[in-house]
Amino acid sequence: MAPHGNPEEPASAAGEIKREAPKVAATNAESTTTAHAARPAGTHAARPAGTPGGAKEEHPWSLWEVFVRSSRGLSHVHAGSLHAPDAAMALRNARDLYTRRNEGVSIWVVPAEAISSSDPDAKGAFFESPQGKDYRHATYYTKSEGVKHL
Amino acid sequence: MTTKDTDFAIEGHGDISVGVHGAGASGDGSASATRITPGNALPGNALRPEDIALEISRGQVKPDEDVAEFALRLGDDGLILAQRLGHWISRAPELEEDIALGNIALDQLGHARSFLTYAGAAWGKSEDDLAYFRREHEFRSAHLFEQPNGDFAVTIARQFIVSFYQYGLYSRLMESTDATIAAISAKAVKEVDYHRDHSAQWVLRLAGGTDESRARIIQGFKLVWPYVDELFEDDELTTRLSEAGVTVQPSSLRAEFDRLTGQIMTEAELDIPAVPQAPGGGRRGKHSEFMGYILAEMQVLAREHPGASW
Repeated sequence: MAPHGNPEEPASAAGEIKREAPKVAATNAESTTTAHAARPAGTHAARPAGTPGGAKEEHPWSLWEVFVRSSRGLSHVHAGSLHAPDAAMALRNARDLYTRRNEGVSIWVVPAEAISSSDPDAKGAFFESPQGKDYRHATYYTKSEGVKHL
Repeated sequence: MTTKDTDFAIEGHGDISVGVHGAGASGDGSASATRITPGNALPGNALRPEDIALEISRGQVKPDEDVAEFALRLGDDGLILAQRLGHWISRAPELEEDIALGNIALDQLGHARSFLTYAGAAWGKSEDDLAYFRREHEFRSAHLFEQPNGDFAVTIARQFIVSFYQYGLYSRLMESTDATIAAISAKAVKEVDYHRDHSAQWVLRLAGGTDESRARIIQGFKLVWPYVDELFEDDELTTRLSEAGVTVQPSSLRAEFDRLTGQIMTEAELDIPAVPQAPGGGRRGKHSEFMGYILAEMQVLAREHPGASW
């Protein structure tokens, strides 16, 4: 029992829970604490899924990408990512993490695995082709004589 | 792009920063539909404790003894709960939940600051005087708020009861004849609405999760349910104030509380715990053994170093 009556597990609660819960519970609680203590900020995926006692039940939360629209008329912009057990909680976590300072009027959350991204190694093939093709910009062209309102 | 922007957008932004302190710090500084502008503000929408203190110092508002005592109850509920919830920071099961609980704690602290600032006006005391320099028997919070955090499920069970109680109360207080109480409640009710949603979501998930999580939420409700009745007790003060239209009798909030919590409990396939009710007494300054320790931790800095600031 922790001193000062402000324990992480109150004496009353701890006693009763341990009486009722099977032995696995204690191991579970312990492994959670360990994972928690070792938790580097934001790397939940590193949480040991195979910890003894927790292997069966513990599914690390999946990763979600968050898009926030800051104002009506603007588009949703990628704000960051977070972990959540499901879409409903992901939305709430996103609200708590990314709109604390009045940043948004709308949030999208997308499972990270649903996003296909371009290969960083294929940069040349993907993105360098437009270079030197100035004629794809409107500014390349000179205004024809006599055209108004340009 | 040049002429149109100057008069409307920039001036609008200037007004905004009065209502929402430091709004421009969010980075993009673009006007947002959620920001409060004086034009479309509902009563008390962006009311801060500082605004109330200002009104007090100008002599624009001053609660009478009864209203101050009532504001003290509301403020102490929020203050003690905020202190409890703050203990979760860095200890929640996940980083995301850390922030969620921290946000809820800060919301509660915000309401507490407003209510205590207002209450203090009756006795010439500041919010800090009331928070840090009162003794245990002078606090008016109900017992539920000082109950230990326990595990995550106990905290969620406590928060679930608190949020549904506060939501019902603040919704009614928005129509209070006391303009300041009504304004604070109008701001608080939106935040509490989210607390309600947050805790309900977790009750559903814990109850429908693993055998372990279900056992824990059942246990959590068993531990905190004895403190429900106290929240809905009428006494002389609430009788006088409900006659004056400042508040409603707490007992009149019970049916709606039972209905709304019952819906979630049914969905979660949880029973209302069949536990006897604790005697309560928090509104009269009688607290459980936990209160002294909470106050010791909360007040030690202010008492060791009176007037300290940073």
